[in-house]
Amino acid sequence: MSLSVSLRHGFGDFALDLGFDAPQGITVLFGRSGSGKTTIINAVAGLLTPDSGRVVLDDRVLTDTKTGLNLPPNKRNLGYIFQEGRLFPHMTVRHNLLYGSALADRSRTGPGLDQVLELLGIAGLLDRRPTALSGGEKQRVAIGRALLAKPRLLLADEPLAALDEARKSEILPFFERLRDEVSIPVLYVSHSAAEVARLATTVIAIQDGRILRQGPAIEVLSDPMVTPAGVRAAGAVLEARVAVHHPDGLTELDAGGQAIFLPRIDRDIGARLRVRIAAQDVILSKHEPEGLSALNILPAEVEQIRAGEGPGTLVSLRTPAGSVLARVTQRSAGNLGLAPGARCFAVLKSVAVAPQDVG
Amino acid sequence: MDWLSPEEWSAVALSLRVAIWATVLSMPFGIFVAYALARWNFTGRQVVNGLVHLPLILPPVVTGYLLLLTFGTQGTVGAFLAEFGIVFAFRWTGAALAAAVMAFPLMVRAIRLSIEAVDPKLEEAAATLGASRLRVFCTITLPLTLPGILAGAILAFAKAIGEFGATITFVANIPGQTQTIPSAIYAFLQVPGGESAAIRLVAIAIVIAMGALLASEFIARRIARKVAGQ
Repeated sequence: MSLSVSLRHGFGDFALDLGFDAPQGITVLFGRSGSGKTTIINAVAGLLTPDSGRVVLDDRVLTDTKTGLNLPPNKRNLGYIFQEGRLFPHMTVRHNLLYGSALADRSRTGPGLDQVLELLGIAGLLDRRPTALSGGEKQRVAIGRALLAKPRLLLADEPLAALDEARKSEILPFFERLRDEVSIPVLYVSHSAAEVARLATTVIAIQDGRILRQGPAIEVLSDPMVTPAGVRAAGAVLEARVAVHHPDGLTELDAGGQAIFLPRIDRDIGARLRVRIAAQDVILSKHEPEGLSALNILPAEVEQIRAGEGPGTLVSLRTPAGSVLARVTQRSAGNLGLAPGARCFAVLKSVAVAPQDVG
Repeated sequence: MDWLSPEEWSAVALSLRVAIWATVLSMPFGIFVAYALARWNFTGRQVVNGLVHLPLILPPVVTGYLLLLTFGTQGTVGAFLAEFGIVFAFRWTGAALAAAVMAFPLMVRAIRLSIEAVDPKLEEAAATLGASRLRVFCTITLPLTLPGILAGAILAFAKAIGEFGATITFVANIPGQTQTIPSAIYAFLQVPGGESAAIRLVAIAIVIAMGALLASEFIARRIARKVAGQ
């Protein structure tokens, strides 16, 4: 599958002008609110007609303003998961779930009701009405409803943004299972770096209606020049394997041969996972520190330095574990003599990594 | 039941028949016009809105006279329809038409309000799930609008039962033909000794109005509960 999008659209003094291809897996449109992400996803869904543009899914042209072709939403075979769920209030969960599947092309294969109920853990909710569901349950039903329409492509517009942290961590694993177990490609809109880090196969970083950078998540997130959600939210992603669960409550990860100690992670030995290291949780040291409480000290080489408008800089570092971003002051960067190619040590407190940044 | 004279009975029966037909037949048009006013942005929207509301603001006698000019046997539309055997003037069908026209603004207002209260985002969601416009309307918009449609229907029914000015101007006051409860009460009050008959019809009018109101409250509460999902 491949989705190919090129769009130009203006409203007020905002102009969207971009193009991208989304490969298999979860492609995240990553940017601040107001950057144009929802406009893009609505144009793909057919809910918005762009001033000019072309949307092609596999070999099927969905929108082409040159030829005047613009399929209505119901002819596009897409599943759309909205931020607010948008369950039909006058129907039970069962009827909500089956609304799209009754209309889906019978020749297409897709997950069945039993599979979706199991995947999302919503078998017990079938006879309830949406008003009797919690926020997390509603969103799970909305995901199931979209899946059961046998879509060629799933669209998700900030599906977790309206939920609190606990509910978020309840839903995130379902998207991970979706990515890993159901072979439906997903176009996912988010402004949350943590979600991007955990879910994205491909990241398309968007700012003010334009693409800053697109590529594999690991590469885009470790680029100090690309911070669509602001430098405070910057952070690189390491790919690691669970190595040892230590009896003192720490889990040892193996990231490219480098040991990383984090608070206990409930995953089996050998499980692969991603760890997001927030740039502002990383301390840099010119010499290998001794007598330090922080457990993770990684030898590093400076790749790139981006000076911000304020007193801060964003430094990207190459370590045995992968690329790491660090946010330090310009003064420190000067004192340490940081420059591309310079060697230093990156220090990370184990407890600084939040549970939602691991998965 | 001999506590009502045949003349009084025929007025009651005719009123019910006129009001029911007026309500039922104008309902599809009412839903359509309300939907168009609520959801479509077309040129002349304000003109349509004004036309719909005209019977509410015009003196009923004016509306009745306009109906007579248009749908009377000499009127353009009336003469045309007469060729197909459809005659309104001085028939109970004319009373139903007058009642429907007078009640239409009330019906449209109630339905339009409830259509505007349906979140278009739900309709979008249904469309992304593969539903055509017609299916979205029938499975999402219409069920969610049901309380408003019912409220509009009850209002229209009550208005149709009570309609007097336009009816008497358009189809006169012929016992057994076009004499509804209000025109019968009016007629009884014109003759000496007619008060007791008038009082009986007044009581019946109150019973019908209260009955309709209670029935609508009951049904509306059930529908609202169902739509709200409890």
